[in-house]
Amino acid sequence: MIKTLSKSIRQYKKLSLLSPMFVIGEVIIEMLIPYLVGILIDNGIMKGNMSYISKMGLLLLVLTIVSLILGASASYVSAHAAAGFAANLRQDMFYHMQDYSFENIDHFSSASLVTRLTTDVNNVQMAYQMIIRIAVRAPMMFIVSIIMSIIISPRLSLIFAVLGPVFAIALGLIIKTAYPYFPKIFRGYDRMNQVVRENVRGIREVKTYVQEQPQIKEFKKSSGFIYKLFATAQKIMSLNALVVAAVLNISTLAICWFGAKEVVGGSLQTGQLISMFTYSNSVLFSLNILAMITTQLVISGASGRRIASVITEEPTIEDPKKPLTRLTNGEIIFDHVNFKYEPADKTDALKDINLHIKPGETIGIIGETGSSKSTLVSMIPRLYDVTSGAVRVAGHNVKSYDLKTLRDNVAMVLQKNVLFTGTIKDNLKWGNENATDEQVVAAAKIAHADGFIREMPDGYDTIVEQGGNNVSGGQKQRITIARALLKNPKILILDDSTSAVDTSTERQIRTSLAKDMPETTKIIISQRIVSIKDADRIIVMDRGQIQDIGTHDELMKTNELYSSIAKFQEEQGK
Amino acid sequence: MSNLDQAIEKDKNQTKGSRTKILLRLLKLVNSTSPWMLIVSMITIVLAAASNVVGSLFIERLINNYIVPLTKEKVPNYGPLATAIAVMFGIYAIGFLSNYLFNMLMGVLAQKVQYRVRNEMFTHMESLPISYFDQNEFGDIMSRYTNDIDTLMQMISQSIPQFTNSALSLLFVVVAMFSLSWQLTVFSFIIFALSFGIVRYLTVRSSHFFQVQQKKLGQINGYNEEMLNGLKVIKVFSHEPQSKEGFDKYNEELRQASGNANTYATILFPIMGNMGNLLYVLIAFVGGAAAINSWAPLSLGAIGSFLQLSKQFSMPIAQISQQLNSIVMALAGAERIFNLEDQKSEADQGTVTLSKENDEVGSKWYWNVPQKDGSTKKVQVRGHIIFDHVNFSYVPGHQILHDISINAKPGMKVALVGETGAGKTTISNMLNRFYDIDSGTITYDGIPIKDIKKDDLRRSLSIVLQETHLFTGTIMDNIRFGNPEASDDDVYQAAKLSHADEFIHDLDHGYETVIDGDGGDLSQGQMQLLSIARAMIADEPVMILDEATSSIDTRTEKMVQAGMDNLLTGRTSFVIAHRLSTIVNSDLILVLDHGHIIEHGNHDELIKQKGYYYELYTGKKEIQ
Repeated sequence: MIKTLSKSIRQYKKLSLLSPMFVIGEVIIEMLIPYLVGILIDNGIMKGNMSYISKMGLLLLVLTIVSLILGASASYVSAHAAAGFAANLRQDMFYHMQDYSFENIDHFSSASLVTRLTTDVNNVQMAYQMIIRIAVRAPMMFIVSIIMSIIISPRLSLIFAVLGPVFAIALGLIIKTAYPYFPKIFRGYDRMNQVVRENVRGIREVKTYVQEQPQIKEFKKSSGFIYKLFATAQKIMSLNALVVAAVLNISTLAICWFGAKEVVGGSLQTGQLISMFTYSNSVLFSLNILAMITTQLVISGASGRRIASVITEEPTIEDPKKPLTRLTNGEIIFDHVNFKYEPADKTDALKDINLHIKPGETIGIIGETGSSKSTLVSMIPRLYDVTSGAVRVAGHNVKSYDLKTLRDNVAMVLQKNVLFTGTIKDNLKWGNENATDEQVVAAAKIAHADGFIREMPDGYDTIVEQGGNNVSGGQKQRITIARALLKNPKILILDDSTSAVDTSTERQIRTSLAKDMPETTKIIISQRIVSIKDADRIIVMDRGQIQDIGTHDELMKTNELYSSIAKFQEEQGK
Repeated sequence: MSNLDQAIEKDKNQTKGSRTKILLRLLKLVNSTSPWMLIVSMITIVLAAASNVVGSLFIERLINNYIVPLTKEKVPNYGPLATAIAVMFGIYAIGFLSNYLFNMLMGVLAQKVQYRVRNEMFTHMESLPISYFDQNEFGDIMSRYTNDIDTLMQMISQSIPQFTNSALSLLFVVVAMFSLSWQLTVFSFIIFALSFGIVRYLTVRSSHFFQVQQKKLGQINGYNEEMLNGLKVIKVFSHEPQSKEGFDKYNEELRQASGNANTYATILFPIMGNMGNLLYVLIAFVGGAAAINSWAPLSLGAIGSFLQLSKQFSMPIAQISQQLNSIVMALAGAERIFNLEDQKSEADQGTVTLSKENDEVGSKWYWNVPQKDGSTKKVQVRGHIIFDHVNFSYVPGHQILHDISINAKPGMKVALVGETGAGKTTISNMLNRFYDIDSGTITYDGIPIKDIKKDDLRRSLSIVLQETHLFTGTIMDNIRFGNPEASDDDVYQAAKLSHADEFIHDLDHGYETVIDGDGGDLSQGQMQLLSIARAMIADEPVMILDEATSSIDTRTEKMVQAGMDNLLTGRTSFVIAHRLSTIVNSDLILVLDHGHIIEHGNHDELIKQKGYYYELYTGKKEIQ
């Protein structure tokens, strides 16, 4: 994990290294000050030597200012290094996600990807900032204070040798006991947020079925779970405060007692005794900070792993080594294609598909929900790779094409489609960035979107709200069709893309497509017979297999499933 | 950037006035959750701070009263020193025990308050009218349960104790310093004032940059959300480079904001620490000079103690300033929580209740109408719904429904047809009182619906909504959502009737398959089937179907319709559909346009009229 993440430091290596150097400088000076003050007291004040006091005073003043500058610089440098590292991490993740195949995308929910990009990166950023600043500072402070106190009085330093391990063990025990609670608590949070989310989103259902009370009970169960665990964890964690204060106070008293004896015995001066108090504080505080850092690092380790799993996820579909960048026609061949979404799946999503579609042909696909209609067409633009067999477009295996070339020539209008924030024109231009206004309008006309777009307040410059809430379902579908048409594709796939468009408009769209794009192979998936009955051939899908292929008239005569659907729809329709 | 500044500034001004009020309300809340915890915490905080200062003063006494005399004795007597150390240990023990107690108590108290606020908030939220959910963004409601509550915990478990502790420490330290040497104290005050100025400047800057960072974080979050949601579309259009380009812009802005915010947040400690060092050095220097030149009566021990105190002087100032920031943040969070809790619950003045009675034929529903003389009259539920000159607007002045009159007799199938925004769904919102009408009346079996208790009114109506929402749990739980008392057999039967049974059997664990709120692997069509099964099991006298079959394939739809037809017999139903095929057999078709009923009648009548419906049906006009 650390190896994966550290690759993202890149240009911030320099800042990241500067920070510990500044910190080390600052700590050394900071730790030197009490020692020098001790000397100042013993040699200056005690002996009434004013010029010595002035000299030492001035030296101390300069040192303090240097230490201040070093400390402030360390803050600046570490904050910017960590922020830069975090930005790189986000970029690496986001870029890598863009390389994901559909299969990879299916592995992560988009909500969890968003959390990884924000919360998790944030945790790692904080941890990193800590590592290059405080995590250097605390051990440094510890080491320097120990050295300084040994210089002053090796015998008094023995106090640390006794109390230090006691302190470390106690803190270690506390963290070890409390830590297991946190993953459980986080899971509790997930559950609670889930209840809230489902209730806010499904409030109409809750109210319709008068389920408020059971839902409140459910919520209280989850919040109670968090309360119970977190309160227990808090009780354990607050022992920390006890240990810190107790050890600190005991060591102060120990220094008082043994220090007094040393002073009386003449082996220690009073000024040095005063310095010793300061060092004992530093030793214990740095140990405490170390304990805190350890806890924090352990917690952010989980975030680090979540980030690493995004970065190390191998894109399952990549460009071939020597890709074909030209796709000449709209011929499609399925050659004994089998497909499973997951290797562990029991059933094949596609079973031994053989198919030959000629350029310019119009193909209709019909079948029940779950009969793998969408899966079948997903193989053509290589949204998924076949498990066995081959799909060939214009005579070449789809795996030999450059992905952009393939997908620009095979335009697929997805069933679950989205528009993006921006104007309608921006959205349409996704199909072709360099399209002229005329081309945009022409595509919109074929998709029968031009009319309603012009009626909108700002026409083609109307802003589409996030999620496309200001256009109706049918309008959205027509915009997404126009968007695909702008690619001027060799193959056009409409995956149930006109379900919300009324029948007469849909018919007009089909006519325009046939007239304006005669050479484009068109594949239309639909639930409605009327949408596909004019197709050159119609494929009837059933549980991952091609059950039948034929024209409407043939299928009406020979295929029972097809004719029964047709009859039912006819009754319903007229 | 300037816009952002303005927004932040505006935000500040708006809240400033009410901050005290919120703080008081918050403290009241904390206090009422557990008064004894709060009191004991406060006492122990004082004890802890006091013991700390006594400890520092002890060092002065140590040198002057014990060590210096001891060095003069020929045979040193350590007895008095031992006693003094023992006493000190007692004082320290009170200190560290207090430290533990208040840390523990405030930590637990913070959890208690969180638990209570969460429950209050959720319970209250469930009572809010639909309009609240329509008007507030999901993320905004959600963040009250996460970020805002977290700031509260931060404040109670850390800010309040640390703030109190630091303020007390500062006070004690100042008093102790004064008692040692007022001259040196006055001198320290110069540094003190300087430090305070620097700290305030830094903390204000830091909180400003944190707000900027928060906004930038929100922006990149929104962008990521949109792009990752549409990742498949991006791939289909090979739009990855553009998507990356947009990301880089937000990412760079966030990097800068975050770098600044964290610089200011962390720079405080080295600066304050070194200010402390500066004071330390200056006191040694000035104090030493003063002692030698006898400018002030200063003993060596006093200088030692003073030095020790001066170290404890700068940290509380930094702490206080930092905690002030997080208290202000917590108040903003508390304000948003209180805002939710202060929203008015759904008004319900209804007194008529619903009851179900079983007899040998089956079950019958009854309205229990309270009479003036105190008795109740039983009216059988038949499902006769009358809209009489109903007007409605979501926003005053922007009328959505105009003079709607509908007479849906028991058992009738009423279809609503019209463009998006014509008011079809609004009509169903009136019937179940998700919103209340402006004028006119709606009666249910002759009883005005505003006289019926809301829960009971809704119990008498089933709705299958456009968008299906499921709840985490098994498929079984989700179907039973419609009627928690239903037996397993009832669930199987409802699933069979709605033809959900087939796909459920294909799932790995059948009815025990656990799904989450998004429906997991279920298709939109399967979710709708579940939603229909849910409505079936609820078995209510009136049904509202809101474009319920739009995502089901024809064969399934055929089966669902068959089941649905069974269900609709003997029930009044309102069907909202885009596809005319599903409504031709309706008893009454209402054509809506901009909130007006422009045509009504059955299919044949409307075709004869050759109006809007005719044009729709013959495909001359399209529904948008």
